Amino acid sequence: MKKLSARRRHPLAALVVLLLALACTGGLYAAFAPASKAQADETAQSLAIDEGKKLYAVGCASCHGTGGQGTTDGPSLVGVGAAAVDFQVGTGRMPAQQPGAQVPKKKVIYSQAEIDQLAAYIASLGAGPAIPSEEKYGPEGADIAKGGELFRTNCAQCHNFTGKGGALTHGKYAPSLEGVDPKHIYEAMQTGPQNMPSFPDTTLSEQNKKDIIAYLDAVNSDDTVDPGGLSLGGLGPVSEGLFGWIFGLGACIAVAVWVAARTAKAKKS
Amino acid sequence: MSTAANDAPRSRGKAPAGERVADWADGRLGIYSLAKANMRKIFPDHWSFMLGEVCLYSFIIIILTGVYLTLFFHPSMNEVTYHGSYVPMQGQLMSEAYKSTLDISFDVRGGLLIRQIHHWAAIIFLAGMFVHMMRVFFTGAFRKPREINWLFGFLLFVLGMFTGFTGYSLPDDLLSGTGVRFTQGAILSMPIVGTYISMFLFGGEFPGTDFVARFYSIHILLLPGIMLGLVVGHLILVFYHKHTQFAGPGKTNKNVVGMPLLPVYMAKAGGFFFLVFGVIAIVAGIASVNPIWAIGPYRPDQVSTGAQPDWYMGFAEGLVRAMPGWEINFWGHTLVLGVFVPLVIFGIFLAVLALYPFIESWVTGDKREHHILDRPRNAPTRTAFGVAWVTAYMIMLIGGGNDIVATHFHLSINAVTWFVRIGFFVGPVIAFVVTKRICLGLQRRDKDKVLHGRESGIIKRLPHGEFIEVHEPLSQEQLHTLTAHEQYKPAEIGPTVDENGVERKVKGTEKLRAKLSEAYYGEESQIPKPTVEEYKEITSGHGHH
Repeated sequence: MKKLSARRRHPLAALVVLLLALACTGGLYAAFAPASKAQADETAQSLAIDEGKKLYAVGCASCHGTGGQGTTDGPSLVGVGAAAVDFQVGTGRMPAQQPGAQVPKKKVIYSQAEIDQLAAYIASLGAGPAIPSEEKYGPEGADIAKGGELFRTNCAQCHNFTGKGGALTHGKYAPSLEGVDPKHIYEAMQTGPQNMPSFPDTTLSEQNKKDIIAYLDAVNSDDTVDPGGLSLGGLGPVSEGLFGWIFGLGACIAVAVWVAARTAKAKKS
Repeated sequence: MSTAANDAPRSRGKAPAGERVADWADGRLGIYSLAKANMRKIFPDHWSFMLGEVCLYSFIIIILTGVYLTLFFHPSMNEVTYHGSYVPMQGQLMSEAYKSTLDISFDVRGGLLIRQIHHWAAIIFLAGMFVHMMRVFFTGAFRKPREINWLFGFLLFVLGMFTGFTGYSLPDDLLSGTGVRFTQGAILSMPIVGTYISMFLFGGEFPGTDFVARFYSIHILLLPGIMLGLVVGHLILVFYHKHTQFAGPGKTNKNVVGMPLLPVYMAKAGGFFFLVFGVIAIVAGIASVNPIWAIGPYRPDQVSTGAQPDWYMGFAEGLVRAMPGWEINFWGHTLVLGVFVPLVIFGIFLAVLALYPFIESWVTGDKREHHILDRPRNAPTRTAFGVAWVTAYMIMLIGGGNDIVATHFHLSINAVTWFVRIGFFVGPVIAFVVTKRICLGLQRRDKDKVLHGRESGIIKRLPHGEFIEVHEPLSQEQLHTLTAHEQYKPAEIGPTVDENGVERKVKGTEKLRAKLSEAYYGEESQIPKPTVEEYKEITSGHGHH
């Protein structure tokens, strides 16, 4: 102890004490803090995070930074949650091909397992919405008509009456929702990707989201029946007008030319 | 030609049934002289003369299908809950108008087909009127004595626009409700009277509970009634003026060469009616129009992207979309220039077309009757003006659909809007210049054809080795057709000094008129047509190749 007390006025003593105190509080915090996901080191979860980190380093880090902190080319991913990753990578939007007004959806290049690993890694950076389970977006217990009303109130401004998409400013756009996986629609509402506002459960409850997805499935999916015939893109009067001019009036004029060309024969003889 | 054997029994025996019916009717209606005067009326043959028929027949189809729709439509804005057969609307609150339209679409026999025929026929009717009007314009068929009929046709087009607007607003769906709101905004933008008109039309604040019933009366009674009257007037005038014809051998300003109404045109027109009906029915059978079930009932708190009016109102939509949202505030009042200016331009733009016949006859000083049509190339300034007008119209149609254009061509909506803003002013000027050059080029081509004949495609090698293409001279008929048009001289300011040597004052309008006339018929605006001397000199044989 003599040795220790002799050095108590050493210039570095304060630093040593500080380090000890920090180690002590840190240790205590680690011991008593609520269990986080990172706690159990040898589980599948942590393996997924490790694998995800590797995938991240190859495919995402150039824009989003090595630790997901974001750079001038891409936003921070801390706290965006697994749902955002599953949406962005699962629809092929990420990794982005090039910067632009909006990143379009394209061919998905990761397997679902890889997407889950990436999602696990990003989720480990900070808490965010998780990937929804199937009963959240499945058709059971959904009210289609209610979903339609909610869709027209909250979504149609940008996505059109039945989700055919629409234009936003400066080359941005609300994409068509035709053929989009219900899971991705759910995740998009939850996370608000790109130019879309987010609709967390406090704004649009889980039941509401389910209703909207069921409505879209009824009016804008591959097995939707159009009672009137060709839907002409479901875009409203612009495509109808074009069709009417070209095929309606066009056919009438073609018939007129045909009738006029077949004149009475009496004239010639 | 009749033989004695035919004549003898006729005079005593009973007349055939048809004759007796005609006789009976003539005794009561006096139709004999009417029929005699008109049954053999001659009409010329050309496909472009049948565009008006397309309009007439689609109008009749609209009336027929419209009557069927009125049997099932309830023009009421009472709120009801839907329990019909369309599942995605079950239990939704909606107006009775919207519900009855859903019922027509899903529960009335043939309802959806009739609805779609009605709507497609309206779209084709308006498009047909547009093309018909352009045909009349570009061939100069609006000239004396047909100016009033031009106005009748113009009124039919404008009334057709508003009949269409009130019609597609009736189902009270989200799309048309947005359109009605848009219209109310345009009404409100009118200084001073706007608010009063809006309150009067909607029976209070928008949307109120009245407008569907009011639009219903306007749509099924008021406007179609006026239109029907105008159509009858339009046709009576066509009979009275007789139909115009293109120049050709034997065709003069004083005759009409063609086929008689009965039997040729009766058969043709009757058949053509069913052909047009067939085309419209096929279109309505394969393509959906205004699917109100997918659009949803109108609620003022909801709106969808891609909310456009039907095409004939797209021009007005484009003007409003292209106009910057300017407004002036003074003494607590707001003048919404962003909407009011487009409203004014809309009126002026249409009025220019309506008044064009009068403008042209004033500029050119031409007060004679015209029954021979111009080929568009032979009236370059008029043709160029018309193309410029159509260009501005089409650019505004693009403006009206700027969001659809943006998404489908992967463009920025702002870029499209700027294109429309600049194009509205620049496009018509470019179109005018280019069209005039093309017309003059075609006139030169005609002159060349008259003087040198048609290119035969036969290459001949002369004994000394030179290659020439053999030109075949045109037939006399072709020569006549290509040179039949009149060429006018620009109207000049009359002598500025009278017989006593006193100088008179030349009015500004006179100078303007002389200038415009120069622009119409000056050296820059027409290629002198070949003269007989020129033709003789060239065809006389020497130096021809």
